[in-house]
Amino acid sequence: MSPRWSGVKAVVIVSCLSSASLFAAPVDYNRGVRPLLSDRCYQCHGPDAAKREAGLRLDLRNDALRPREPGGAAIVQGNPDASPLVKRILSTDPSEVMPPPGTTKPLTRAEQELLRRWIAEGASYQGHWSFQAIQRPPVPQVDRLDLWSARPRNEIDCFIFARLAQDGLSPQLEADRATLIRRVTLDLTGLPPTLEAIDAFTEDTRSDAYERWVERLLDSPRYGERMALEWLDAARFADTHGFHLDSGRDMTRWRDWVIDAYNQNKPFDQFTLEQIAGDLLPDPSLEQRIASGFHRNHMINFEGGAIPEEYHAAYIVDRVNTTATVWLGLTVACAQCHDHKYDPVTQKDFYQLYAFFHNVPEAGLDGSKGNANPFIKVPTAREAAEITSLSTAVHKLQSQWDGSYPELDAAQFDWERSVVNEKWPEWTAIEPLSFRSESDTTLEKLPDGSIRAGGNSPDLDTYIVTGRSSLREMRAIRVEALTDDTLVARGPGRSADGNLVLTDFKLYLGTEATLKDSQLKLKLATADFSQKDYPVSAAIDDDPASGWAIAPEVGRSHAAVFEMVEPIVCSTESILTVMLEFKSASPRHQMGRFRLSATSSSMPHAAQDMAPNVVEALSVLSEDRSEAERKAVREHFRTHVSETGRKLRTQLDGAKKALVEAEEKVRTTMVMQEMEKPRDTFVLTRGEYNKPGEKVEPNVPAFLPPLSIGSPRNRLGLARWLADPRNPLTARVMVNRYWQMYFGAGLVKTAEDFGSQGELPSHPELLDWLAAQFIESGWDVKAMQRKIVTSATYRQSSAVTAQVLERDPDNRLLSRGPRLRLQAEFIRDQALFVSGLLDGRIGGASVSPYQPPGLWEELMSRTDGARWSAQIYQQSHGADLYRRAMYTFWKRTSPPPSLTTLDAPDRETCTVRRPRTNTPLQALILMNDPTYIEAARKLAERILRLASSTDERIAMAFRICTARRPTVAEAQVMRDLLNEQLKAYEQNPRNAEALLGVGEAQWDSSSGAVVLAAWTLLSSAILNLDETVTKG
Amino acid sequence: MDINLERMRLLTRRQLFGRMASGIGTAALASLLNPRIFAGSAESGLHFAPKAKRVIYLFMSGGPSHIDLFDYKPKLKDYHGNELPASVRMGQRITGMTSSQKSFPCVFSPFKFERHGRCGALVSELLPNIASIVDQIAIVKSMNTEAINHDPAFTYIQTGAQQPGRPCLGAWLSYGIGAETQNLPGFVVMISQGSGNKNDQPLFSRLWGSGFLPTQHQGVRFRSGADPVLYLSNPPGVDAAARRRFISGVGQLNSMAKEAFGDPEISTRIAQYEMAFRMQTSVPELTDLSGEPKDVLDMYGIEEKGTDGGFARNCLLARRMAERGVRFIQLLHRGWDQHNNLPRQIRGQCLDVDRPSAALVKDLKQRGLLEDTLVIWGGEFGRTVYGQGALTAESYGRDHHGRCFSIWMAGGGVQPGITHGETDDYCYNIVRDPVHIHDFNATVLHLLGIDHTRLTYRFQGRDFRLTDVHGNVVKGLLG
Repeated sequence: MSPRWSGVKAVVIVSCLSSASLFAAPVDYNRGVRPLLSDRCYQCHGPDAAKREAGLRLDLRNDALRPREPGGAAIVQGNPDASPLVKRILSTDPSEVMPPPGTTKPLTRAEQELLRRWIAEGASYQGHWSFQAIQRPPVPQVDRLDLWSARPRNEIDCFIFARLAQDGLSPQLEADRATLIRRVTLDLTGLPPTLEAIDAFTEDTRSDAYERWVERLLDSPRYGERMALEWLDAARFADTHGFHLDSGRDMTRWRDWVIDAYNQNKPFDQFTLEQIAGDLLPDPSLEQRIASGFHRNHMINFEGGAIPEEYHAAYIVDRVNTTATVWLGLTVACAQCHDHKYDPVTQKDFYQLYAFFHNVPEAGLDGSKGNANPFIKVPTAREAAEITSLSTAVHKLQSQWDGSYPELDAAQFDWERSVVNEKWPEWTAIEPLSFRSESDTTLEKLPDGSIRAGGNSPDLDTYIVTGRSSLREMRAIRVEALTDDTLVARGPGRSADGNLVLTDFKLYLGTEATLKDSQLKLKLATADFSQKDYPVSAAIDDDPASGWAIAPEVGRSHAAVFEMVEPIVCSTESILTVMLEFKSASPRHQMGRFRLSATSSSMPHAAQDMAPNVVEALSVLSEDRSEAERKAVREHFRTHVSETGRKLRTQLDGAKKALVEAEEKVRTTMVMQEMEKPRDTFVLTRGEYNKPGEKVEPNVPAFLPPLSIGSPRNRLGLARWLADPRNPLTARVMVNRYWQMYFGAGLVKTAEDFGSQGELPSHPELLDWLAAQFIESGWDVKAMQRKIVTSATYRQSSAVTAQVLERDPDNRLLSRGPRLRLQAEFIRDQALFVSGLLDGRIGGASVSPYQPPGLWEELMSRTDGARWSAQIYQQSHGADLYRRAMYTFWKRTSPPPSLTTLDAPDRETCTVRRPRTNTPLQALILMNDPTYIEAARKLAERILRLASSTDERIAMAFRICTARRPTVAEAQVMRDLLNEQLKAYEQNPRNAEALLGVGEAQWDSSSGAVVLAAWTLLSSAILNLDETVTKG
Repeated sequence: MDINLERMRLLTRRQLFGRMASGIGTAALASLLNPRIFAGSAESGLHFAPKAKRVIYLFMSGGPSHIDLFDYKPKLKDYHGNELPASVRMGQRITGMTSSQKSFPCVFSPFKFERHGRCGALVSELLPNIASIVDQIAIVKSMNTEAINHDPAFTYIQTGAQQPGRPCLGAWLSYGIGAETQNLPGFVVMISQGSGNKNDQPLFSRLWGSGFLPTQHQGVRFRSGADPVLYLSNPPGVDAAARRRFISGVGQLNSMAKEAFGDPEISTRIAQYEMAFRMQTSVPELTDLSGEPKDVLDMYGIEEKGTDGGFARNCLLARRMAERGVRFIQLLHRGWDQHNNLPRQIRGQCLDVDRPSAALVKDLKQRGLLEDTLVIWGGEFGRTVYGQGALTAESYGRDHHGRCFSIWMAGGGVQPGITHGETDDYCYNIVRDPVHIHDFNATVLHLLGIDHTRLTYRFQGRDFRLTDVHGNVVKGLLG
């Protein structure tokens, strides 16, 4: 026996609380009266001042007992007959009776009598139970131990057993070992135990074998995943924004943080602090900033016509509601529009809470490209190291490129000398004789011989210029596209950014009249610069769809040289016609100013690769060059002339590209951040974003303990207040939700509502004891799980008789162990696990397993397939098909049907309690979803490999899924099913192969298709058993 | 059968009654005990005698232009191109798509309107077939909503709230009065994409979601193709005989577990597997139209080119579901969000829906089903009288308008051959008998025998209603 247990025993012995005294107790206000007043009276006589009738409120004793006109105080202490309240509730006159007919449920006789008795006993009020400070109650004595075989193991059991004794029920003995290990393994890790674990546990006769196993589970990283899953519902985690297009976001680093926090057993107060205000902690770490993303998980909108203020308000309302539900178990949503009808939460309280969350530098409409502002980059350690090493490389190469590099500098010196000696072509102007536009562009000739376009700017155009030159021989024509102050962005093109697309350059000998057969063939075109995908060669390909363009080097003059196949010999009378065609798909991309010239040089392209500024710089003596000129020559040499230089450039470009790619791969995550200057917050009249009323400051509701003195009035102060041991709600609410994880229902069934309308706790003292224990343990989350799962209450057998079912139908009294259908994710994970398919990686990006085709596409509104837009389902392959369900990409407007059909919430808003339904659609999923068929096949392969006889195989498959051995009768049913199916597949082996083709995992053909298919179907049957999908 | 009784006891205790107002819970109980609640005399459980036993809701997603379809305004011809007077707009907030427009010119409808039927209702030339049934329908011209954008507006008309989280009308009905059939889901949704605006607004599963109600009340999406219901078909290589053996085997093993553990949930699971098996037969039988005579297929226009995205087929399926006892059948037909090129888009869109919608009403009538089947046709809002974008001689667009829009209803206790409500000469504000979304929902529930103030579900300490704290039954629509 552990030391903890002996402590309990002592308490049991010394405790003197008698259960008999409970029956003689006077009317309990919190248990009997408040729920009645709340449900039937508060609507008109409660906290909401705006809807209060006759100025009477019954939620406050002073007000209910205050003398008033006419008729005196509503309640006369000790005297029901003199109390107008009693008279009104007993009245048979429809105009007088309370509550007024049709407004709510009438009071029953018993309820009327209860109120009467309560007034007769003095009409004493109590504060609402959950708003009272938490005090650790004494652990009760259990009376009937002599009659029972079951024994309490820790304090929990004393509370539970005492209550069972009171109700004349008895606890069950501990479940058998197989059931127990499966139950606790599923509960703490979300996965079933392996066969080896079952065997080891069953054979472990040490008295603390169970406790040892629990420790191993708590230490398993699977524990963090399992606990995080619960938290993801509460945090409304999803992979998409939820409103309208419902495009993607990435909060997976935040999810990783949650898993990690549970695995590290981060105390719940710290867990709270970091998620509500991690960004406001002193010198926050990257992890703490990631944690603050808790309140960025709400839905975000960017619908075209939406009004930003409306949605900004909706986000903050969501944060308030979520905080209240998750930490306080309060439903404050109604106070958005008016004072709460049942709980003392005023509308002002609501907006004071709102003020805490109102100072994030965020936009009302955002998220169209993924995460919405504010978000941060969150490299993993490996990514961070890679980025550091890449930027070092870039830095080094860049400084080599920009600075001296002896080998290159020497070569450059030689090159410069050779260039100066080289014969560069001389260009002679072509004097324009006539020029016109085929459209309505105005062309004018300038003194320097260039032609400038003006006036209208048509979508498409062709310029036709005839001219003459003094040369006797011509080998090439140069077209200079020149900048001009009259042009947009100084040109040289006429597009909005100064670009141009010369789709074709055509040259003719003669005038237009002779054009047809006088076209001159061109062999090579070069330019000083060409836009990517718009090479100048495209201007001589006779294809109007392609052409020469110059972006992003706009605002600068450029030149293109077109060399003829044969040089032409001409006289002074020879006339040339040049056609410049601008017919690209981009409208208005004509040249704005241009000049034509010709050369007889046999090397017309020499220096053509040199930008004009390089040519200019080269004409200056090297020692006289400016820094810019030096740079121009150096870069030209290194880029275009030197092989070594080019290599250096390639290295630099490669390193830069790798760095950009590495940075782009880094995931981002949305975080909280505080604005320098907080926004003003107002009470919003009727909750409408555009109706500000009274101005308010951040504060907590007045009926709860105040913020600590000196605590900052921001989210950090709020976070500290939430996790303050004096807060009466947080610890109660949390231990209740832990309880719910194991027993299906919390001690307070309405886990989301601890207010007047919520259900009262079934075991109020136990709840308080656990809450006190949780706080005093330093908010030790693992310790609380350990406490619950090592209790005898948890370890009871779940078998139930009709009589007990009658007395304790929903097991609220814990007269037996929990028996509950597994939650959606557990069912899928278990199937993958038992089949050996499960991919064990923890954390990381979300994945997209099998899903019926078209589900997203039928709902989407745009067809782009970008991952962030989440419009088209891109199914994963390989290991990503088999990750735990918690990593399945969660699209809010079309969540995975195989999970939602099994009651996973849609994650649109905070959920702390899932329903547990039982429907035919669930049966269809388990029978037909390829995930489960494939898992059945892999399970069949496994047992065919591991066991040899049919009986052994059946027993093994059954045991892998349920942890126990089948009975003889059960084995017989399975054998029959198998044999019938074997027969069927032998007659039709094609069917067998068809079944084995389901799923992307390869099949092991060693047993033959017929055998494997029959076993697959039997495995599928076992996966469909109630017992398999149930934690027993 | 025992299983159901046992299940019933648990269901009612856990989910249905709660602290719910008396009345409707009894109905839920009765309908679960006896799925054919209306066949016998079990109607006493409802708040009053129902006129409608089921609903077929043809949801026109995107916001049809009431101005071009039902709400004829001859004076708009005079106002055409003129600025919408501030006295009419009265500060109405405008969506982000047109709020930066400098001018709000009125745009008349270029489509011809004529009087039809004995009632003389005015219907646009775009809807000749619907025009032919005006004596059987009630046109409501005074629908209104506060929402001006799709997401909140869809969510509002479907669930009674603009923000997500509430159950939709179909889920409320499933919860309140349960199913009429044991072989099919009680609430079915079918989606089609029309030929109007092809890049129409997205849809969301919350539109047929169960919100805070238990999951089994959410709509079941029926899709075209081999698997009308997700995961309905057996995997390849598993035929019906194998599936029968499989379910019997699983059932036997589950029965043994029931013996051992005593948990009544096991009995429910056995029953649900049997129901799943029945659905594997009943659903394909339902969606197989090969038995429908050609004149019926022609009436709906199914043989024609499928530009309607499947709307006609879905209408015929809706009738077949109604015959088989599906309680709430909702078609969502997209493509009505016509911000520009409205004349071209609405023509195509009307070609999709006009004939099948009218055929559905006629077909229900000839089969005697119209009297207890409520048919609803309408979208989430209407469209603005002022043009969006460039107004040319041939084309114009219209933005979202919530202050008034038109829908029609037929059968199920609705007064036929009437027009309810009236808007001003600008088709902008309602001047008579406004019908808010909450009033509309209250009326639909009333026709089904439910008092909308008494169909409640407790969530987070509050008794929620489809109509929140609003809604009045529109007496003028009741037959």
